[in-house]
Amino acid sequence: MRTAFIRALVELAESDERINLVVGDLGYKVVEPFSERFPQRFVNAGVAEQDMTGIAAGMALCGKVVFTYSISNFPTLRCLEQIRNDVCHHHADVKVVSVGGGLGYGALGMTHHATEDIAVMRALPSITVVAPGDPVEAELATRAVVEQPGPAYLRLGKSGEPRVHGSSLSFRLGQAICVREGADITLISTGVMLWNAIQAAERLAREGIQARVLSMHTVKPLDDDAVLAAARETAAIATIEEHSVIGGLGSAVAEVLAESSELRVPFKRLGIPSTVSALIGSQEYLENAYSLSVDGILNSLRSSLWPKLTHKVYVSAAGASIGLQP
Amino acid sequence: MNRESVQAGCKELATRIRRHALMMTHRARSSHVGTSLSMADILAVLYGRILRVDPANPRWPDRDRFILSKGHGAAAVYAALAELGFFSVNELDTFYQNGSALAGHITHNGVAGVEASTGSLGHGLAIGCGMALAGKRDARDYRVFVMLSDGECDEGSIWEAALFAPHHCLDNLVVIVDYNKIQSLDRVESTLALEPFAQKWRAFGWSVSEIDGHNVQEIEATLCAIPFDKTLPNCIIAHTIKGKGVSFMEDKVLWHYRAPSAEDLSRALKELEDLA
Repeated sequence: MRTAFIRALVELAESDERINLVVGDLGYKVVEPFSERFPQRFVNAGVAEQDMTGIAAGMALCGKVVFTYSISNFPTLRCLEQIRNDVCHHHADVKVVSVGGGLGYGALGMTHHATEDIAVMRALPSITVVAPGDPVEAELATRAVVEQPGPAYLRLGKSGEPRVHGSSLSFRLGQAICVREGADITLISTGVMLWNAIQAAERLAREGIQARVLSMHTVKPLDDDAVLAAARETAAIATIEEHSVIGGLGSAVAEVLAESSELRVPFKRLGIPSTVSALIGSQEYLENAYSLSVDGILNSLRSSLWPKLTHKVYVSAAGASIGLQP
Repeated sequence: MNRESVQAGCKELATRIRRHALMMTHRARSSHVGTSLSMADILAVLYGRILRVDPANPRWPDRDRFILSKGHGAAAVYAALAELGFFSVNELDTFYQNGSALAGHITHNGVAGVEASTGSLGHGLAIGCGMALAGKRDARDYRVFVMLSDGECDEGSIWEAALFAPHHCLDNLVVIVDYNKIQSLDRVESTLALEPFAQKWRAFGWSVSEIDGHNVQEIEATLCAIPFDKTLPNCIIAHTIKGKGVSFMEDKVLWHYRAPSAEDLSRALKELEDLA
C-alpha cells in the first residue's frame, strides 16, 4: 500500500505544485521516488513529529498541500495536539499518513501497534479518516484527499496487501464500496481487513450464507446510508477492523445503528480487545491471536452472532453453519 | 518623521496597548494581564514600525507573519491589531464574552490579522518554521516573527523547532522571547531554569541578540538589523518585567492569574497616564 501511495503522490505532484511531503525520518526505500523527483518539495523533519506536524500546518497556511508521513502511532498520537490545534482548528490542508496502521509492525512490539488511531483521529473536528482496503483503494484515496481541501488522515497498510479491486474502481470519500453482494448478513471492514472479510464471505457462501461485504474505507464521515441499507436488507451486521473494538469502525457503525429508531439488527464488532498487549508476532500471527483471521472471524460470527439471529441457522454435525432460513 | 517622534509614537502605542489590556482583563475578570504588559513595548514596535502588514488586506500573500505562540497574551495583540485598524477598537469590549471572536487565547477565526490560533504552549514556533520554509521555497521575501514566553521554553516541541530552523537556514524567521522571568506558579529560575539561555539558542545554531524589551529604541534597532547573520535564524531574548508599567503588578507571580479589580484598574490607568 505504501508504494501505491507514493506512486500516486508523485503523479499528483507532477501536475500540482502545491504538493509537499514532510517525513519524520521514516520511509527508507519508500519515499525516494518523491524526494528525488521533488527535492524542493520534500522535507525530512527528523525524529520530531510535533515539529513535523506544526511545520506542515505552517506550510499549508501559506498555500501548500502537505502530506506528513511516518509509521504506526508516530504521526498521530505523538503529535495529537498539533493535529487537533494546528491542523484541524485551522482547517489546514494537511494530510497525515501512517504506514502500518493496525498490526503491520506486529513483531516490533506494543509501541508499533497502531490500534487506537482511528478512534482518536475520528474524534477530531474537520478531519476525514480513511483506511483503504487494498493498494487500489490506497492510490485512489491519495488522489481523493488531495481533491478535497482540508485535513485528512490516511491509514495505510504496510506492504504486500493483496489487490482486491480492478483498476476501474469508482472511489469516493465517504462512500462505502460494496465488494460482494449478499442478503443474509453484512460484513463491514475497514483497512487491511478487507481481504479477510472477503475470504470469510467466500467460506460462508460455501455454507449457504450469502454475505454482503462493504469496504468502509472512510470511517469519517461514515457512509450512514450503506449501514442503514445493510440493516434493512440483511439479517445481521458484523464490523471487522485491525483496531481496538473501542472507538473505531465498530463504534462508528454502532452509533448509526443505535440512533436509528426503527432498525434492530443483530450486530457484532470484531477487532482487537482493549487490553494491554503483550503479544508480538507477524501480522498473520496476531490476526490469528485476535480472532481476525478468516477462521477467527467465522468462529466469532458463529459464537456471537448466529445465536442472536431470529432467522434459523442450520448447523452441521461438524459445527459449521450450513444455511440461513427465515 | 524624526527619531524622537518615532519613539514617542511607539511609546504611545505601547501605552494604548497597556490601557486596553488592563481594561479588557478587568472587564473579562481574566488572567494574564502581567504577560500582556510585559510584551506591550515589543508589540508596539513590531506593529508600529516593523511588520509589513496591511489592515485593509490582511491576507496579502507577501505580508510579514506574526505568531503569538504564548497565546495567553492575546489581549495585547488584539489591542495592537485594533489600534492598527484590523478591526474596531470597540470590539475589544467583547474579549472573553459569550459568542465573541476574541477568545482568551489568541484565535484567528473571525479575527483579521491573527495568523494562527495558539494557547497550548509550544506550538507556534513549528508553525512559524513551516511558514518561513514556504517563503524561502516560494522565493517570497516576507518574514515570520514568533513570540515565545520563557515558561513556554519548557516545552520539548520548542527545541524540536529550534533544531529545524538553523538546519534549513531560515534567516527569515525571528524568535522573540518575552523573558519576564515569571511563569505560572513561580519564577522561571525556581521552576525549570533556562540559563544560560542565550547560549542554548546559540548552541542550537541561532544568531542571538539580548535586549531590554522595554527600550523601544533598542527594540527597533534590533528588529531593523534582521537578519543578524545571513543564513541563520534570529533569536531576540527580550529581558522584560512582567506587569511592566503598573508598579504594583511589576515582577509579581500574582499577576499572572489575578484579574484587576475596579480599584486596581483605576490605579493602574492613573499610573499609565502619569507616565505618558
